[in-house]
Amino acid sequence: MSILGTRVVRTEDPRILTVGGTYVDDLREPELLGAARVIFVRSPIAHARITSIDTDEARRAPGVVAVLTAADMDDLGPPPPPPEDGGGGEGAPMPLGGPWSEPLLAIDRVRFVGEPVAIVICDDSYSGADAAELVSVDYEPLPPVVTLDDALTGTTLLFPDAGSNVAVDSAGPADPDAFDGCEVVIEQTIVNQRLAALPMEGRAVAACYVDGKLTVWASTQNAQIARFILAGAFGMDPASIRVVAPDVGGGFGAKVAIDRDGIVVAWAARRLGRALRWAETRSENLVAMTQGRAQRQVIKLGGSRDGRILAYQLDVIQDTGAYPRMGGFLPFLTKLMAAGPYDLPKVQTAARTVVTNTTPISAYRGAGRPEATAAIERAVDLFAAEIGMDPGDVRRINLVAADKFPFQSPSGPLYDSGDYASALDKVLAGAGYQELRTEQAARRERGDTVALGIGLSSYVEITAADAAGGETGRLDVHDDGTATVYTGSSAHGQGHHTTWAMLVESELGIPMDKVTVIHGDTDLIPLAVGTYGSRSLQLGGVAVQKAAWEVKDQARAVAADMLEASEADLELDAETGLWQVRGDPASARTWAEVATHAEAEGFTASVNYTEGTPTFPFGSHVAVVEVDTETGKVRLVRHITVDDAGTIISPLQAEGQRHGGIAQGAAQALLEEVVYDSQGNPQTGTLVDYAAISAPDLPSFELLSMQTPTPVNALGVKGIGEAGTIGATPAVQNAVIDAVSHLGVRHIDMPTTPSRVWAAINEAGGSGGSAPRTSTVRGS
Amino acid sequence: MIPATFTYKRARSVEDAFDLLAAGGDEAKYLAGGQSLLPLMKLRLAAPEMLVDVGRLDELSYIRDEGNHIAIGALTSHHVLATSHLLASDLPLLAHAAGQVGDPQVRHRGTIGGSLAHADPAADLPAVVLALDATLVARGPGGGREIGVHEFFLGLFETSLQPDELLTEIRVPKPGRAGWSFQKFTKRAIDWAIVGVAVQGGNVALVNMGQTPLRAGAVERALASGSWLPEAAALAADGTSPSDDLNGSSAYRQHLARVLVTRALQEARSRDKSD
Amino acid sequence: MDIALTVNGSEVKADVADRTLLVHFLREHLDLTATKVGCDTSSCGACTVLLDGQSVKSCTVLAAQADGRAVTTIEGLANDSGEWHAVQRAFRAEHGLQCGFCTSGMVMAAVGLLSENDSPTEEEVRAGLEGNLCRCTGYHNIVRAVLAASREGQGQ
Repeated sequence: MSILGTRVVRTEDPRILTVGGTYVDDLREPELLGAARVIFVRSPIAHARITSIDTDEARRAPGVVAVLTAADMDDLGPPPPPPEDGGGGEGAPMPLGGPWSEPLLAIDRVRFVGEPVAIVICDDSYSGADAAELVSVDYEPLPPVVTLDDALTGTTLLFPDAGSNVAVDSAGPADPDAFDGCEVVIEQTIVNQRLAALPMEGRAVAACYVDGKLTVWASTQNAQIARFILAGAFGMDPASIRVVAPDVGGGFGAKVAIDRDGIVVAWAARRLGRALRWAETRSENLVAMTQGRAQRQVIKLGGSRDGRILAYQLDVIQDTGAYPRMGGFLPFLTKLMAAGPYDLPKVQTAARTVVTNTTPISAYRGAGRPEATAAIERAVDLFAAEIGMDPGDVRRINLVAADKFPFQSPSGPLYDSGDYASALDKVLAGAGYQELRTEQAARRERGDTVALGIGLSSYVEITAADAAGGETGRLDVHDDGTATVYTGSSAHGQGHHTTWAMLVESELGIPMDKVTVIHGDTDLIPLAVGTYGSRSLQLGGVAVQKAAWEVKDQARAVAADMLEASEADLELDAETGLWQVRGDPASARTWAEVATHAEAEGFTASVNYTEGTPTFPFGSHVAVVEVDTETGKVRLVRHITVDDAGTIISPLQAEGQRHGGIAQGAAQALLEEVVYDSQGNPQTGTLVDYAAISAPDLPSFELLSMQTPTPVNALGVKGIGEAGTIGATPAVQNAVIDAVSHLGVRHIDMPTTPSRVWAAINEAGGSGGSAPRTSTVRGS
Repeated sequence: MIPATFTYKRARSVEDAFDLLAAGGDEAKYLAGGQSLLPLMKLRLAAPEMLVDVGRLDELSYIRDEGNHIAIGALTSHHVLATSHLLASDLPLLAHAAGQVGDPQVRHRGTIGGSLAHADPAADLPAVVLALDATLVARGPGGGREIGVHEFFLGLFETSLQPDELLTEIRVPKPGRAGWSFQKFTKRAIDWAIVGVAVQGGNVALVNMGQTPLRAGAVERALASGSWLPEAAALAADGTSPSDDLNGSSAYRQHLARVLVTRALQEARSRDKSD
Repeated sequence: MDIALTVNGSEVKADVADRTLLVHFLREHLDLTATKVGCDTSSCGACTVLLDGQSVKSCTVLAAQADGRAVTTIEGLANDSGEWHAVQRAFRAEHGLQCGFCTSGMVMAAVGLLSENDSPTEEEVRAGLEGNLCRCTGYHNIVRAVLAASREGQGQ
């Protein structure tokens, strides 16, 4: 029986549980002995001209090695020109460049609180913290552009040479007749709020430059792309740069490749010829690491009273923060997945991306797709409420039927496989949906001040959206029968080492504990994409499988030679890892024996793999909440999910991915939000104010299984990393609104904090208003 | 993340603490559990040049039944308060509230004296000792004195303690009526109270409804004059000036105060055994 | 100033700047890097260690305050024969970690929790971990791990 699909504990764990993981700030490499510390000086103001930077006093402070600003970056050439096609627009996750260029250290202008202005390099972090306070920067304030509407008026431009604050515009003409023939049309402006990525490990980089070689250790999801970016930034041959990703404490999309702060550290190491290390504080992380979401959406949905949706329109304004790093790319993905799992006759989308004097926005947990799901799931619920139909029934009527796959979604992609209605039915049954509705009705009948809310979501997600880029995998089998995998993927919690070892054991019979997996070192793995977009199992894992097949073919030839038999008579027992001539157990040879017999005394196969097409996991969630209508406080009581990501290789880890996603998805619906005041000052710049979710705020989750394999790859696997996030946010938001719908509430923007829920109840004129109701009803 | 430089001194006795602080001058502060002071120093919102650590003065950590009152040493940790059998039976309001402060790690280090001296109106224990009509005992180089809790909290992070005085004991009269309740309303379990209510008998104190913990005088007077519970509770926000902030508007806080006082009074009534 | 303390059972003496935080003392002076720094407002719990057997946030304790005390980090949790603590075993068995950054602090907080309540309910486990943030696991398996460890301790 294959190990695939069985409950296997992780190979990564023993080290972490006994001596802790080794993240950048833990590295004790010899090259980093005596490394100096880098402390960033950052802008305290959202929008200003820099009129002077005085570093004299800081330079004289104890322990200071150097204080550097943009003026010291004369050893770098000008930034490369923007790509010919304009770059960074739709479909390209590249910075826009040109008039939207983002400097490394601020030159003459700052555009967000937290923008790096100078670095202090110091013997140790304690002296560095003191010295950094001595750098004196004079700012001439400029009017801050904080809200989307501020940006759209264009009164103050962040990039005067660009002539606008609209960085990307794909509005296009809308079909004026799209909603003709709809008996019912709902329209709502909704906010998908700005979130902090908040990995538990912030950004961290260490670097040294010795004998012409730059080595950079970075908390990154993509060492190879980081190397490419560093080479471009410094005009260096990539072969002179080594990037290493040690253990990485979470990424969630915000640690893709390397950002300007990391590039500055690497530059400084090269400039000074001194090993350097940098690890940001949490306060820095909450204002200077890229953030996520930040869309304002206008949703319009029309249909008939029998529940059939006829037209859907989504209009997005994306806040990209001070610099359009991912340009129009995030809303491009939002538009791509706008139709969700529904079979809709007409879908129209439009998107604009604007800059504001706030932290730059980039990929975060689903990067544009959760925004699409949240929008249409709100629209479906609003429509259901308007026509007085159960939201589950409305979904069922409109979900793509199981016999329609592969399905060409009206908003763009070709969905590979799916059974959306079964997922919905399964989760409703698992949740005990009818009983929940009965309980809800009973509470309303009694006038219970603690209301029950049930929220649904159905979703489909695109994984390996950049499948064209493929992933590399190399497998070596050594003469002692052990194996080493060099994978292009770059796990930061996803447990690839365990799963790839499972694949090798499954294919070749080499036990997991004899398989070493290596990732994230460009000296060992020069070509790779890394991990984001839930691509790694279906590309990197399948690459390992294919490399294993190649090794198997090589070994078959060698074993045949060893045993003087024909290749056709050779078989490998994947349970025992023994090669033998069919029907002749005495001929059995171990991998060690066969590998020793090979000319190279081992086997190796390298694969760069893709089928070139993404896959589409899907599912449905049910969230059950209680809302205290006297205070607005929400409690998530139960969360039940079906998340179908095709064949499950490592069930323990698949569940773990779902759990983590549900928690962050629920956190967006209930608690988290990055807030700025009218001057662009962050109001949620520490973990006291940024409401990350903790254990007592969550229940245990109820996960139901469903596996609809994809025909796209040999394993039948899709990605699962963001299923939980994408499904959970709208289910929880819908549940909160559902809980108070009997009080006249139609919509509450996220996060559904107590004060927001209470305000919504009041505005709707519901009976949870200002006079407290004593619980006279329930026997008190 | 890194506090500004300071000199650390450890006091071996209360008298030693006074001497060390005097030698340290104006920029010296006492350090107890550090769970309020150290976070401020790490963000450089406070930068005392000397810390006099009184945390080893075990003689100031106790809970004693003194007959008509309970005497609590100022350096008793929240964890000890929360797990005390004596408090559980005689002062459950304090035991329960202490168990709600921060998180377990904070409760192992933080002390009641430190929390009261810090005087954050959003903290739990200041309102609790206010509801309990406690007397605070302070000692300084010049001697000791008793401070009634109603004279103790002067403003935001401001108490009537002199800079060189150390809180040594909190004396809590044993409550006449057993009914108590502590309503801590938060967004997340870990948060400071958006609004909180501490009730002991007919005493009602409010958390985070002003610059100091407050007694809901209008509620208390209404109850004392025989008002029906909901009528009295409707006066909860009278005389309060809660702030607008990320967690809610002033109006929302006033509404919460009324709701939470109602619930607290109902819960206290159900616990009241002295009728 | 000079300090002397026990760390994971071993005597340690050092001369440190007065303002040294315990977490930095452990990580930089003793190279015990398993304990992590995750925030600067005592919010995240990644730095949790045991001080005289009680869980504390080592970022909010001065090294000077640990003078004369005993500190236990995750590196010192296994017994002298190298046998893992029940909590370590349970975290592995229940997949209670993903990226691992919160894990040292989470495990030590759990050890502290179980030392004070050896048979917690799920609600008590969740409340007991309110000072420890995790972004990867959603806490589901962490809670399972702590409950499993408590059952093992009960001999179930």
